[in-house]
Amino acid sequence: MLRKSLAAAALGAALMPAAVTAQELTVVSFGGSYQAAQSKALFQPAAAALGIKLKEETYTGIADLRLKVKAGAVTWDVVASGSGSAARAGAEGILEKLDYKVIDTSSFLPGLWQDHCVGGDVFSTVLAWNTKTYGDKGPQSWADFWDVKKFPGKRSYRNAVAGSLEPALMADGVPPEKVYEVLSAPGGIERAIKKIKELKPHVAVWWSSGAQHAQLMKDGEVDMVNGWNGRFDVVAKDGGKVAYTFNQALLDYDCYAIAKGAPNRDLAMKFLAEISKPQYQAEFTKYITYGPTNRKAYDLGTIDAAYAKRLPSHPDNAARQLPVNLQWYIQNEAKAAAAYQNMLTE
Amino acid sequence: MPAERANADGLRRDALRERLALFGLGSPALLLVLVVMVLPVGWLFSLSFLSDEGALSLEHYRRMLEQPSYARIFVTTFQVSALTTGICIALGYPLAYVLSQLPRRAANLCMIGVLLPFWTSLLVRTYAWLVLLQRQGVINGWGIELGLWSEPLPLVHNLAGTLIGMVHIMLPFLILPLYGTMRAIDRDYVKAAANLGAGPVRAFWQVFFPLSLPGLFGGALIVFILCLGFYVTPAVLGGGRVIMVSNRIATDIELFFNWGAASALGVVLLVLTLGLLYAAARLVRLDGVLGGHGT
Repeated sequence: MLRKSLAAAALGAALMPAAVTAQELTVVSFGGSYQAAQSKALFQPAAAALGIKLKEETYTGIADLRLKVKAGAVTWDVVASGSGSAARAGAEGILEKLDYKVIDTSSFLPGLWQDHCVGGDVFSTVLAWNTKTYGDKGPQSWADFWDVKKFPGKRSYRNAVAGSLEPALMADGVPPEKVYEVLSAPGGIERAIKKIKELKPHVAVWWSSGAQHAQLMKDGEVDMVNGWNGRFDVVAKDGGKVAYTFNQALLDYDCYAIAKGAPNRDLAMKFLAEISKPQYQAEFTKYITYGPTNRKAYDLGTIDAAYAKRLPSHPDNAARQLPVNLQWYIQNEAKAAAAYQNMLTE
Repeated sequence: MPAERANADGLRRDALRERLALFGLGSPALLLVLVVMVLPVGWLFSLSFLSDEGALSLEHYRRMLEQPSYARIFVTTFQVSALTTGICIALGYPLAYVLSQLPRRAANLCMIGVLLPFWTSLLVRTYAWLVLLQRQGVINGWGIELGLWSEPLPLVHNLAGTLIGMVHIMLPFLILPLYGTMRAIDRDYVKAAANLGAGPVRAFWQVFFPLSLPGLFGGALIVFILCLGFYVTPAVLGGGRVIMVSNRIATDIELFFNWGAASALGVVLLVLTLGLLYAAARLVRLDGVLGGHGT
């Protein structure tokens, strides 16, 4: 019986012209639990839906892609990236321009796609605190984060400039919607750096990775930190004493791009169109508390209502946050990073 | 005399054959050094002189001069390495001395203790220190419970933590060559000094210590140079406050997407290290230190 149906299936497949050459697509991402979630929720189901073979690889960042493109040896099609890295890589010409006639972003939340990269999930850089130290009356704004009298305790802050200047300006009294305006004006970067210098004696650790800031909170090594919301949810789930707020958080997203000169450019475009559909994005949230970029994912009813309220891109949460301005980073990151490193080594 | 002549020819042929055989034995290692060391370093070297567009440029070196943070990072790197080397000498010299005076069997047993850390991964050991030293870690927990101190001591995420981790890792590198040199010192010298009326302290400083210097220099040099390239330990135990060249290389690669900027840092570190090695070689005869036949 089984053999008969298998034979029939084989015959059917042989008769279908599309199946004669199963196309193969190579996708590259950052590995770890993040790529595992991508693979289960997006990559494998989308490949099955398109009837293609999929090869997954891992990489450490755009520098790897740059080498491949410069050497003319591009083997990757779809590249997972942070939004800022993708914007700079796109400006540099190592990514293909995306065709938004193929990829449907009409139901996306505003600002979550760019010329060379389409948003896949939304995360926030939030203010998190140790609930053993502050209980339920934790800090609620960056001004509180800077207020060492009202909230005595050790801080941890990022050791890189991305996402570090905006909170400083908000703590200095700049309203969120004016932050990038102030940063772009002469003296703006210096003002933010000066504010961070004020806090420097209270910063016990300058963290360098998400894994590190998660560990710091889990071990109770510091009392307050700026960091990525998904990591803190994992810590809290493991019994760590940590809570965070979306107030004044920075809203950012991870995205998918196509490598310049990708062997299967058109197929990759179709693949991106597929994984941008709401049902995939809703599935992805089950693995990690990063929100969908496609707002229709919330309407499907597959994301539990209470759980949806904890996702960064939920309308209630998104309204309290400042979307990261990628244009500002393209123009200013190198300069700002030099000033930041200078502040760190002083 | 023909017989003598034939004999000399034979000897010469043997010598040549022996030299060829030796070269043959050494060639895999030579090839390995060429492939895994000379070629990549040469490639990095050339990258550091290329701009983002691939044109010849000194921009990566100019940036290092213009931004004061780079100079501070080099100073930190050399400071941390010098401090680690100093502490290793202070801890390692007495230990190596005691070991060298023990009977061989006992010394070998103790040596296993010295070498034991080598069998554990560097990363594991570094994280182990984090667990021991942090605010709610083992040492602070015990110290506060026993009433030795009331507030958690800042043992980690600073220079102190970095030094503890680095000394722990580097100590065997100092002790091994030092112990070897001390073992080779003829004890009769010290006895002779005593015989001539020197007390134990004087005999040590005037006879034993100078004879152990090549081993000390060799060990210290290895420790110092290995320290210059440390990455994991300052990254994990330094709390982002102890930034060494390797840490900055990683940051620059992330920031500039670019091997050139990072290569330039590597090249400067390499040149400074070679300069130091040269200076050290002028101070002590290096082949005596590293080759071992100087004593």
